[in-house]
Formats: sequence, structure tokens, C-alpha cells
Amino acid sequence: MQGIQLGVIDYILLGIYFVFVLGIGYALRRSTRTSSDFFLSGRSIPAWITGLAFISANLGAQEVIGMGASGAKYGIMTSHFYWIGAIPAMVFVGIFMMPFYYGSKARSVPEYLKLRFDEKTRAFNAVSFAIMTVFSSGISMHVLAKLLEQILGFNYHLCILVSASIVLVYIFLGGLTSAIYNEVLQFFLIVLGFLPLVFLGLKSVGGWDSLAAKLNAVAVSPTNPAGRALDSGAWTQSWSHMNSPSANPMGVEWFGMVMGLGFVLSFGYWCTDFLVVQRAMAANSMSAARRTPLIAAFPKMLFPALVILPGMIAIALHQQTGNFLPKGADGTIDYNMTVPMMLAKFLPTGLLGVGITALMASFMSGMAGNVTAFNTVWTYDLYQSYIKPGQSDRHYLRMGHIITVVGILLSIACAYVARSFNNIMDMLQLVFGFVNAPLFATFLLGMFWRRSTGHGAFFGLLSGTLAAALHHGLTLPVGAAVGVKGGWLCGGHVLHTYPVDMAQNFWAAIYAWTTCFVVTIVISLLTTRKKTDDELRGLVYSLTPRIKEEEPQWYKRPKVLAIVVLAAAIILNIIFW
Amino acid sequence: MSSEMRLDVRIPIGMMFTIFGGILTVFGLVSDKKIYERSLDININFWWGLVMLAFGGFMLIMAWRSLRAAKNKAKPDANETYKRR
Repeated sequence: MQGIQLGVIDYILLGIYFVFVLGIGYALRRSTRTSSDFFLSGRSIPAWITGLAFISANLGAQEVIGMGASGAKYGIMTSHFYWIGAIPAMVFVGIFMMPFYYGSKARSVPEYLKLRFDEKTRAFNAVSFAIMTVFSSGISMHVLAKLLEQILGFNYHLCILVSASIVLVYIFLGGLTSAIYNEVLQFFLIVLGFLPLVFLGLKSVGGWDSLAAKLNAVAVSPTNPAGRALDSGAWTQSWSHMNSPSANPMGVEWFGMVMGLGFVLSFGYWCTDFLVVQRAMAANSMSAARRTPLIAAFPKMLFPALVILPGMIAIALHQQTGNFLPKGADGTIDYNMTVPMMLAKFLPTGLLGVGITALMASFMSGMAGNVTAFNTVWTYDLYQSYIKPGQSDRHYLRMGHIITVVGILLSIACAYVARSFNNIMDMLQLVFGFVNAPLFATFLLGMFWRRSTGHGAFFGLLSGTLAAALHHGLTLPVGAAVGVKGGWLCGGHVLHTYPVDMAQNFWAAIYAWTTCFVVTIVISLLTTRKKTDDELRGLVYSLTPRIKEEEPQWYKRPKVLAIVVLAAAIILNIIFW
Repeated sequence: MSSEMRLDVRIPIGMMFTIFGGILTVFGLVSDKKIYERSLDININFWWGLVMLAFGGFMLIMAWRSLRAAKNKAKPDANETYKRR
């Protein structure tokens, strides 16, 4: 494993970044006096800031490292996570769902479920979400520390301690505002830190056309990441090879992609995950809240150039030299090293420090996003609702401070669990997948069908989760062992074998969503609605007065932005078809 | 909590990138040219340092302009009270 040597200048830059991150928290300490300031930023942040925070909070462990790895492994098809996945979902949440989230004055996504359905649906969502955020934050921390240990020879425990303390201090002092401000800083750092890498990488392979030619050689080679020769263009054309799962490196056909990733998984994440929705809820007006995901969509759309392209360049270089990407302990290529290897190859000391700082920033923004979402859901949805209702605002603010410390400590514990039991982490992520997959069906019916009932929503969610688990227990990706990868319900005599585990995930989501959708409708029709029309005003589409476009400037109107975003996404899909 | 009391996020962002850009530009001028073999013989520290300086400066100017606009808005009121006295 070749390491990266940092110079004095790199450490200075890293140090300056830490000073600014902590300084923002310190400067904001006076403006967090009530629990609303701490958890919701007092609903006072302009749209461009919440918009950038919206994507930055999602830049956790998976984005920079994971998308770079996928870029190498699957090529430009990774862009589906953006152009068919994130973008339509972000437009939908901004235009159709934000009026209910922001307008209902709910302080969190679980609280919306309580207002719309009932306590048990909220409790189910709040508990699963709280556990999930703590683990995600722990996994972020673990992956960061492991990476720094591996490439820079840093001490693992020290990395955990430093990253946890910094995130703790800035959230403790400034609450959600501090997290959001730092996310904006981190956003610019990530963009400005990785752009030179893209520029140099592209220049070294001789530009896009030359890169495409090299990637065509990767595609037809039997030793490519897919392990079999594919048509030339499989790494550079996002849609052309999706007629059958065997024709593309991702092992998915277009229906599984559009339904599984595009509809169920992406809408489930961007429209219902409180981690991102919380940023929009902090906006200073309804219009700003609706614009938050739409403003976020513009940079999000261009992120493939920043995070996927380096991976594609890396696999082209690997094909040429045969040893650009290192092998892991099991002898296969360690794709998670894609981005660090690119940093080490192209950036000289100086800019290398900025690149490493940007890498750390991406993990810290993911961690902070999870911690702020966790402390809000804990304090409002669990503590205030079930443990100690009716206390003073000061009491809940103090609880917010305490739970931030507890949340960080739990994340640290999770990081160490992840370090010692890799399989437990895989399993937990799997279980979270089961819980998340059906969620969007519940929200869709809740917001657009007034007849749906609390019992319907709760049992729909439960059965959707079970359907995902059942699907997982009865199928396997090709060549995988029975267990965490699937097949555990039938001892390996599976009903279906998927070419790649990604395809299995997409289809699990489709089954879970459909089950939840159908069961919610059936049970709703069999049970009586407890909420009156009056109680549902502002929570359901047909019972909420239409919003008038209040912004005088056309470029501030959500619908105009939505059309521009969608048109741009379609053009990008066509260019790289 | 009034939002005017709060820190303008463009100030820390502008300051950090101005400092980053300044350090990288100066380092690019004084550093041994051999370290740029990696970056295809482009003095990327110097050039990207300039880009960061420009971005940081832009953020600071935007923050300064909105600060000035806020002050101008506040001024007429102050004059009025003065006149009334």
C-alpha cells in the first residue's frame, strides 16, 4: 500500500480549516437561545444557504469515496444516482411535498407523521430513524479514520477523537445553524478541492474523447471490473446498454433502474429522510423552503463530473498500468481507494492538503447532518412526546445539548463496533434498507389521499419492511454466499439470482414499496379515518389551499426553477445516453 | 433571534478561501518546481491559489455589500429621529 506524504504546508491548511469550522460554531453561540434556534435555526435561513446545506449534508461517507468507487466499477451508469435518481426526487419534494412539511409547522418528519396519521406511525419512524442516524454517523467516522490510517498512517483512535470532538463542539455551540453554515463552507471546499483533480486527471488521459476510447478498451476487456467482456461503450453510455442486465456493468435493466433507483429509493431518501428535509425546514419562508431542494439540484446535477469522473479516469489508468488501484486483503481491487489514489497521483503538496481537507470535510458534514437530525428527533419526537412532555423551552434546549454529547458518544461506540465486526455493519445497513424502502409509499398516500388512515399507514410500513426482508431472504446475487447477501430464508435454494447485488437492492425496494402501497390502501379502506377534514388541513393535498407564487422575480419561483432543473437533467441524460 | 444579529456565512467562507488562496499562491511561487511533475508540470498551487483568492474575495465583497446595504437602510431612520429632536 503506497502511502501519501503530507508536507508542513498541508498540515497548516488542515489546521486553518479546523479553526474556521470551530470559529463558526463559536460565533453563533449567542444566537442559539431557544430550542427552536438550536433545532430549527429559528426558521430564518435564506434559500441559497439551506440549498447548499441540503446537498452537503448528504455528502457523507458514500458520496465522494463511494461515487468515485462506483465511477471506476460501473462507469457513467453511476450518474443514474443523480440524473434519474436524485434530481426528479428533489424537484418532487420541493414542488409537491414541501408545502406540507413546512406549512404544517411540524418540527420533524416523524412529527408530520403524527399530525397526519397517529402516534404509533410516528414512533415507528422516529425510533428507526434515530437508530439509523447514530449508526450512519458512526460509520462515517469509522470509514474516515480507517482511510486516514491507511493512506496517511494517522492513528485511528486519534482520528476518531479529533473528528468527533470538532463536530461535537460546533454543533453544541451553534446547533443546526452551525451545522448548516459549516455544510456550506464544506460544500465549497469539496468543489474547490476536487476540481483541480478532475482537470489534471482529464488532461493526463488526453481529454474526454481520449478517455472514452480508453474506457471502451476497459469495457471489452474480460478483466474489467464486471469480470466479463461487455460492448464497447458500456462505461461511457448511461442508457444504451440497459436492455438486459447482462449487457451493463451494474447488472440492471432499465425497468429496475427507473422504478427501483429512480422512483422508490431516490424518492424514499430525498423526500422522507429528515436529515435532508431538516435543512429545508430551517428556511426563512415557504418559498425559500420549496426552493431549497431546487437550488440544491443545480450543483447536484454537476456532481458526477466532480465525483464519478475521477473514478472513470482511475479505471482507465488502471487498465493501462494494471496496478494503479491497490488490491484489498481478499485479492480483489479495493475500489474505495480510487479517490485517495487519484489525489496522491496528481496533487502536489499544497493542493494535496486542500484535497485531504476536502475529504475530511465531506465526512464531517455527513456526520454533523446525522447528529443534528438525531438530536432533533430524540428531543421533540421521543423525549418531549413520550418521556417528559410539558417542560419549559429551556429544559428542551438543555436536553438538546445533552443529547448532542450522547449522540456523538454513541456514534463513537458505533464506529468501534464497525471496526471490529464488519458483518454487523453490513447487516445493520441491510435492516435500515428494509425500513426505508417502503416509506415513500406512506408519504405519498398520506399527502395525496385523504382517506388513508393511521392503521393503514402503520401496517403498510410494517408489511413493506417485511416484504423487503422476505425478498432478501429468498434471493441472492450471483456467486455470493448465503447470509448477509441474502438467501437465508431458503438455505440457498433461492427463487431468483441477480447478476449484481445492486440489482437485488433495487428490486427489494420495488417489492417493499408496492407491498406498503397496496396494504396501506386495503387497510385504510377497512378502517375508519380518525382525523377530521379540519385536522388534516395543511397536511393533505386536497384539503390545503393552493399556494400562490408569491415571489415577484421569475427566477425565485419554485415552478420555474423546477422546469429548468428537469430540462437540464433530461439534456444531460441525452448527451450521455 | 433576529437574523441580522447572526453572522453572515459569506464572511468566514470568504476569509478561509482568501487565506487558502494566499498561502497556495505564495507557496506556488517559492516551491521547488520538481513537485509539479505530478501535476503534469503545471504549477497548480499557484494557479488554483489564484482561483481560490478570487473566490474568497468575491464572497467577502458580497458580504460587505449586503452589510453596507443594511446600514444604508438603517440610516434614514436614524436621521429622522435626529431631526425630530
